Amino acid sequence: MAEVLLEARSVAKHFGGVKALRDVSLSIRRGEIYGLIGPNGAGKTTFFNCMTGLYIPDGGGFDFDGAPLKADAPHQAAERGIARTFQNIRLFANMTALENVMVGRHVRTGAGVLGAMLQTAGTRAEEAAIRQRAEDLLHYVRIEDRADDLAKNLSYGDQRRLEIARALATEPKLLCLDEPAAGMNATETEELRDLIDGIRRDGTTILLIEHDVKLVMGLCDRVAVLDYGALVIEDVPAVVQKDQRVIEAYLGA
Amino acid sequence: MSKWLNPRSAFGIVLIAVALIALPFVAAMGGQAWVRIVNFAILYIFLALGLNIVVGFAGLLDLGYIAFYAVGAYTYALLASPHFGVHWPFWAILPIGAAIACVFGVLLGSPTLKLRGDYLAIVTLGFGEIVRIFMNNLNAPINITNGPQGITLIDPVAIGDFRFSGTTQILGISLSGPQKYYFLLVALAILVIIINLRLQNSRIGRAWQAIREDEIAAKAVGINTRNLKLLAFAMGASFGGIAGGIFSAMQGFVSPESFSLIESIMILAMVVLGGMGHIPGVILGAVLLSILPEVLRYGVGPLQMALFGKMLIDPESLRMLIFGLALVLVMRFKPAGLWPSPERKRELGEKPAGGA
Amino acid sequence: MDIFLQQIINGLVQGSIYALVALGYTMVYGIMGLINFAHGEVVMIGTLVTITVAGTLIKVGMPVALAGLAGLSAAVLVCMALGWGLERIAYRPLRNAPRLTPLITAIGMSIVLQNVAMIVWGRNYLTFPHLLPKINFEFAGASFTAVQVMIVVVSGLTMAGLIFLVYRTKLGMAMRATAQNPQVASLMGVNSNRVISAAFVIGSALGALAGVMVGTYYEIAHYQMGFMLGLKAFTAAVLGGIGNLAGAMIGGVLLGIIEALGAGYIGDLTGGFLGSHYQDIFAFVVLIVVLMFKPSGLFGEKTGDRA
Repeated sequence: MAEVLLEARSVAKHFGGVKALRDVSLSIRRGEIYGLIGPNGAGKTTFFNCMTGLYIPDGGGFDFDGAPLKADAPHQAAERGIARTFQNIRLFANMTALENVMVGRHVRTGAGVLGAMLQTAGTRAEEAAIRQRAEDLLHYVRIEDRADDLAKNLSYGDQRRLEIARALATEPKLLCLDEPAAGMNATETEELRDLIDGIRRDGTTILLIEHDVKLVMGLCDRVAVLDYGALVIEDVPAVVQKDQRVIEAYLGA
Repeated sequence: MSKWLNPRSAFGIVLIAVALIALPFVAAMGGQAWVRIVNFAILYIFLALGLNIVVGFAGLLDLGYIAFYAVGAYTYALLASPHFGVHWPFWAILPIGAAIACVFGVLLGSPTLKLRGDYLAIVTLGFGEIVRIFMNNLNAPINITNGPQGITLIDPVAIGDFRFSGTTQILGISLSGPQKYYFLLVALAILVIIINLRLQNSRIGRAWQAIREDEIAAKAVGINTRNLKLLAFAMGASFGGIAGGIFSAMQGFVSPESFSLIESIMILAMVVLGGMGHIPGVILGAVLLSILPEVLRYGVGPLQMALFGKMLIDPESLRMLIFGLALVLVMRFKPAGLWPSPERKRELGEKPAGGA
Repeated sequence: MDIFLQQIINGLVQGSIYALVALGYTMVYGIMGLINFAHGEVVMIGTLVTITVAGTLIKVGMPVALAGLAGLSAAVLVCMALGWGLERIAYRPLRNAPRLTPLITAIGMSIVLQNVAMIVWGRNYLTFPHLLPKINFEFAGASFTAVQVMIVVVSGLTMAGLIFLVYRTKLGMAMRATAQNPQVASLMGVNSNRVISAAFVIGSALGALAGVMVGTYYEIAHYQMGFMLGLKAFTAAVLGGIGNLAGAMIGGVLLGIIEALGAGYIGDLTGGFLGSHYQDIFAFVVLIVVLMFKPSGLFGEKTGDRA
């Protein structure tokens, strides 16, 4: 097994005249928590969207788990093992928390229309397994008592957790979290930190986009900094923290 | 299934079964016309539940649903009438009609399903009109559909020697044609209800609902939204095709007039007015909207005579006027439908990105 | 060649009418995302009101031109009131309802208006009074009438006026702002209720004008005439990119011309297999083909996702 899980090769993306990403190259290793930080508009989410197939990069590409990622096919990214959450939480609002996670099992299961109509033994067994796994995951992120509530009626912090549970249901090799701590208070952030750490210990590589520099520096093994769409530095937190360019980028030079 | 075994629900089921068996005989007391009205109500349940898969589950706004119904109806009419001199048995034609409707669904859906909701609505609407216009005009230079006159003398449903038209004696009970169709329709409706229920709580059904709720998020968890939308579309179309075939056999006559845009709209109204995506609600919507105009048809004239002693307003327009007002008022006071699913009831106060 | 020119002229006339009606759809859609299915009915009522008012005035001896103007004014006023009332009574309470709810309401209103019209004006075809003298012009082998010239000129002027209103007045700016982002617009002090009412009222006035034109052009009217007209006009709006004013105008004219050319040439194109009674399918076929390649219409904004 190669050490590198995801490799970005000179990824470029522009919107009209704005260069959102300028030849960004970085690599994420198996089992690490990798932080991607940068000021507002630095291109973090754009990078994310390129990787997960929502945007088509204008240049470069990604290798994931030993093979290139196909652009413009978000559902295939999930199949390959990339799961994500969204900066502005995107849950299936009118479905229950449990159903949200069950939807996450879609890509790892295979029951079709006929199976559902006939309620074959195979379909029923799979359905039971889906439900079991979803319940386990809700338990894992500690919102099992909200299982039957509609996603939109969950508290903000619980919605974040639910989104993570849904992402985990796809059995990702790489879990990408887009500003998971946004809008959380100190206690919630601390709990989130434990959750992310636990997920990594259970064997999932994590890419973390975050505004909260403290959280990133405390949690991540390595950190990359984007500014104006370009990669400034990629190193361990201790080095990144002291880097003059990073300080300038954040202080707005 | 296990919850069905408790005595209370078992009692409920027996009660419903008795009511369903008694209904055609009760309706017949008001004349066979009422049995036919009930039959159409059940056919509309079938259609509305087919459309519910597309609109209610997958959230795809289809305003041309009647086209698939038309395709099924004409398939049956052409393969079982003197028009071409072909008389295939109904159990052979019904699947063919469903398959052809399904092919039409895929043909229309594959290029258009990436369109945003309202654009899809107008495209499906246009498709419905195209199908109707073709049926109206494909009588020359080769007479395929017999144009506006439509096709007559369509074979009734028959299983072996048992024909669904005319009166027969079974176990000493005399059953009229419409009453026999009633039982066939009830059986089919129960089938489609079961299919809807099972799909709703299945992997595919959840994926549809996920697409309806948030397409981007659905893609992100690995749902192939394009294929699944197409699947919903094709399934809805197949149900429409089957309903069309039965309509054809039951009526013995089809013409393009039965497949106008207002019919598509009517079925959509049944789904939305009842409670989109909620199966009991959709059934209620179908029953109400198919029976209400008939009740008004019989009630409006005599009522005017009784109140004013003369016909003040043409009963036909008054009937449609009341119908239109009913749509407006229900939507005004029950925006989520008459019988929404318990979850959706709480949905109000949330607005999708409209003008942006 | 003369058939070609003739059909272009016919298409331009029909297209101008489509464009006026399409504007009503597109303004409402652009501002509140609603397909106002009842708009075609507003146009129909405009036509029928003109018949009643102008017809009666002519009968009592008023000069035709004056009666026509009176009829037009009455139609515009009635339709503006109707559009305002529709929004106020039927749609406004549903601002926050699920997406399909106002659509069903619109369909319900369409049925109501049609049947009210049937009760008031009867189910028979009505003759539209002759408001303009019958003058024929010849040009390069094609002929056209004064009515046709009037339709194109008046539509053109009206649309120019609308563009002025939307791009040069305060109300227009408020409308554009609301279309862009209702929340921000209302934070900036735009009264969104007023803007939406204005969109309905202006759209209905244009609809009334279109109704009078349809009447003068075809010389008959009927309570069901609004439906297909509305459908075509809405198709034109989508074709141009719904929500886009210029799109609706160009879409309307384009649709009229395509239909006219299609009807004129379909027989030749299909070797006589399909005749001109297929005219009505062109609108929809063109629509489907255009949307396949340009999913937001010819001039619609690409709606990117803001993930």
